[in-house]
Amino acid sequence: MKFTLKIWRQKDSRSKGKFETYQIDNIPSDASFLEMLDILNDELIRKGEEPVAFDHDCREGICGMCSLHINGRAHGPDEDVTTCQLFMRKFKDGETIWVEPWRAKGFPVIKDLIVDRSAFDKILQAGGYISVNTGNAPDANAIPIPKDDADVAMDAATCIGCGACVATCKNSSAMLFVAAKVSHLAHLPQGKIEATRRVKAMVDKMEELGFGSCTNTGSCEVECPKNISIAHIAKLNREFLKANLEA
Amino acid sequence: MIKLDSKIPKGPLAEKWTIYKETQKLVAPNNKRKLDIIVVGTGLAGASAAASFGEMGFNVKIFCYQDSPRRAHSIAAQGGINAAKNYQNDGDSIYRLFYDTIKGGDYRSREANVYRLAEVSGNIIDQAVAQGVPFAREYGGYLTNRSFGGVLVSRTFYAKGQTGQQLLLGAYSALNRQIAAGTVKLYHRREMLDLVVVDGKARGIVVRNLVTGEIERYGAHAVVLATGGYGNVYYLSTNAMGSNGSAAWAAYKKGAAFANPAYVQIHPTCIPLHGEFQSKLTLMSESLRNDGRIWVPKKKEDAEAIRKGLKTANDIPDEDRDFYLERRYPAFGNLVPRDVASRAAKERCDAGYGVAPTGLGVFLDFKYAIERLGKKKIEERYGNLFQMYEKITGVDPYNHPMMIYPAVHYTMGGLWVDYELQSTIPGLFVAGEANFSDHGANRLGASALMQGLADGYFVLPYTIQNYLANEIYHPEIDIKTKEFDEAEKNVKDKINKLMSVKGNEPVDHFHRELGKIMWHYVGMSRNREGLEKAISEIRALREEFWKNVRVSGSADNLNPELEKAGRVADFLELGELIATDALHREESCGGHFREEYQTEEGEALRRDDQFMYVAAWEYKGEGQMPELNKEPLKYENIEVKTRSYK
Ligand SMILES: Cc1cc2nc3c(=O)[nH]c(=O)nc-3n(C[C@H](O)[C@H](O)[C@H](O)COP(=O)(O)OP(=O)(O)OC[C@H]3O[C@@H](n4cnc5c(N)ncnc54)[C@H](O)[C@@H]3O)c2cc1C
Ligand code: FES
Repeated sequence: MKFTLKIWRQKDSRSKGKFETYQIDNIPSDASFLEMLDILNDELIRKGEEPVAFDHDCREGICGMCSLHINGRAHGPDEDVTTCQLFMRKFKDGETIWVEPWRAKGFPVIKDLIVDRSAFDKILQAGGYISVNTGNAPDANAIPIPKDDADVAMDAATCIGCGACVATCKNSSAMLFVAAKVSHLAHLPQGKIEATRRVKAMVDKMEELGFGSCTNTGSCEVECPKNISIAHIAKLNREFLKANLEA
Repeated sequence: MIKLDSKIPKGPLAEKWTIYKETQKLVAPNNKRKLDIIVVGTGLAGASAAASFGEMGFNVKIFCYQDSPRRAHSIAAQGGINAAKNYQNDGDSIYRLFYDTIKGGDYRSREANVYRLAEVSGNIIDQAVAQGVPFAREYGGYLTNRSFGGVLVSRTFYAKGQTGQQLLLGAYSALNRQIAAGTVKLYHRREMLDLVVVDGKARGIVVRNLVTGEIERYGAHAVVLATGGYGNVYYLSTNAMGSNGSAAWAAYKKGAAFANPAYVQIHPTCIPLHGEFQSKLTLMSESLRNDGRIWVPKKKEDAEAIRKGLKTANDIPDEDRDFYLERRYPAFGNLVPRDVASRAAKERCDAGYGVAPTGLGVFLDFKYAIERLGKKKIEERYGNLFQMYEKITGVDPYNHPMMIYPAVHYTMGGLWVDYELQSTIPGLFVAGEANFSDHGANRLGASALMQGLADGYFVLPYTIQNYLANEIYHPEIDIKTKEFDEAEKNVKDKINKLMSVKGNEPVDHFHRELGKIMWHYVGMSRNREGLEKAISEIRALREEFWKNVRVSGSADNLNPELEKAGRVADFLELGELIATDALHREESCGGHFREEYQTEEGEALRRDDQFMYVAAWEYKGEGQMPELNKEPLKYENIEVKTRSYK
């Protein structure tokens, strides 16, 4: 397959970036999107040019390291996948493909397609945990948990922290990301104890770090590669309300 | 010659760990604050260790090369984690988990370490549940289990097909809590490139800041490496792209012995290779062998027709299917250990019965399980794996069997450690996949997660204190000494050397070539001639690398090519050590299969009289043959037998 690529190039966080155009040919249809970029980089290196920098690691859709806005969509045109699990057979031969980094105030560009997502770590540090020390735990079967609650918690906990929700939201809100963690823990008996403190701390942190607020457009849910439902945002809002009432 | 003292506590097997804990030295709370610990790696082993040290009151610095600790490769583990809870009342016990692990490892691991692992396994599940890890549950609200290969009980806990993710997020949340509390400081996008040893003790590390390119130094009273496995020597593996052996290799060059490098696990169920450009292989979790049946056609002409696309799996009637694992190993069937399953797949494909277009593939079929349990149940158990398979291959595994083939997955070998998880360099501790400790010559499924978390939550927090208790008089480590200068110079020299070759071939070219040598000669089936050839080819490739590699960009900013170049340079040395170890071990055991040593039925033939030892290799300088040190293995509680799964 053959493509025209329009790729965002930016030397570092202080420089201004711009799109560069590259032609690429002989791409196998069962190559992944990142393998296509590997092939491009191989050509660039051989020509003496600097390869395109992009984040990736596991290449199996679970580490959340890969990102990329492809033709205006976070993680590209396929449904429920990350960029590393997007395959070239999803594109038309000869197509022009636009590739950009995540765009959000909370995620400054470091180089080319790589952004700084450490804000996500900071939000979780603010309260995304249950306060239990190593060695303090009772037997795992001491507290039965209804299967339905455990399943909802699991669905929320599958968030991979990639940032597609932020990159997609017109307000650059991190609400789905925060809600996934709040809802995961609030559905479990051991997480309920700190639920109100947690939700306030995380939402405050999110706002402090420059993420916008949620206006319920629902676009985050559509682009989430792990299908995290915005129902978790409703759960967050209920927890938040409780927190405010208690305060 | 290094003195290998495994420091196994005295006393009966089941009491050793208790005795250790009761007699070890402790550090008082006011002194803990004055002691610094460096942890390299934020996977299960590193994150759990750092969080626990932080809770205890030590000062911790933790490092990872990714942008966040949560991205460590542990996140990708799918199938589950073992623990001897016996919640299923199926006869499980600490002893049985211990026994299965020793037998699964083909009698090449240390009894005392493995027993301790089994002993603390239950605590891991308790800890994870308390952190909010959403393990799968029954309708009654209690935890459920599945089976993995090589065992006859159901002791594997899981969270859908994302067990590693959930366990890591649990450990990461504990880590985050300590970061917020100020006991742990996080350094992300940093790669450790050298270890600093002062007066014979590990005292710090030198890292490259991957964003700015700056070389930074950090000092501590003890250093823990939890940097994962080195499977990427083979280029194609199920490991993450950045997984590397560089931190362990730096430690090796500074005097830490490297144990059993040849014990590499080749996992039977991965998506087969499809093209030259391919960058990695994807694992399909072993848990699938609970419900999937593995087969190839009985008739060669059927296999050929499938390869050519003239027939599909569904055209082959049951009576023409060869369920070769069930045929050869009736007792364990599809759940034989990985090394056995991998070799059996290779045997069938080499004999001409493979079904992938390349000839290298067998079927893993869910038709029977769907008939038995219904599609919904299967979806509940493996939904995300089926989705992943479909996205990659374009084939729907609910209607057509998966096609799978073995791939490099895990490294049992690693830095040598004693019972305290301390390497041959005092003050350097090694945890998780990076050490060699518990799995012998073959690891059982769902035991790596268990070991990583056992090391981090329940072993190191004790043993590191025993070491640090003697360090309380040592003030903060000075990083302006000549040892730090030297290590930094080492690192800078290597980077300059890499940047200045300015050859013609990109780094990936060399990595791919190394991978081919390793896979062909140091893979599932090895022999003397091939291993000798591998060693000479690796040497030639290494020479070519230093003459002709092209590293683009510059060293003073973010440069993924430079990162890869450094890792591949190390793999080019580590690959030779793997082959050297494989050549010296003239027997077959676990994942190490030497064609010269097999039974008439093609099973591995151990030579206990000569090789019942850990091979710990000692670095002797560039271009020098490393020295072999042996730690004899003694089995006092288990009768050593020929491993049989028939
Ligand atoms: C696809 C897959 C599925 C698996 N499924 C299972 C399973 O179901 N059950 C099971 O028990 N096991 C499974 N395993 C094995 C298991 O996941 C790993 O062995 C285990 O997670 C390793 O954990 P770790 O903490 O030792 O290292 P890792 O999780 O690999 O972490 C390594 C850490 O070290 C850091 N690091 C590495 N090098 C450097 C350096 N030079 N400088 C700085 N930082 C560095 C990394 O950033 C990372 O944080 C699976 C493995 C794979 C690949
Ligand atoms: S590279 Fe890990 S999710 Fe894409």
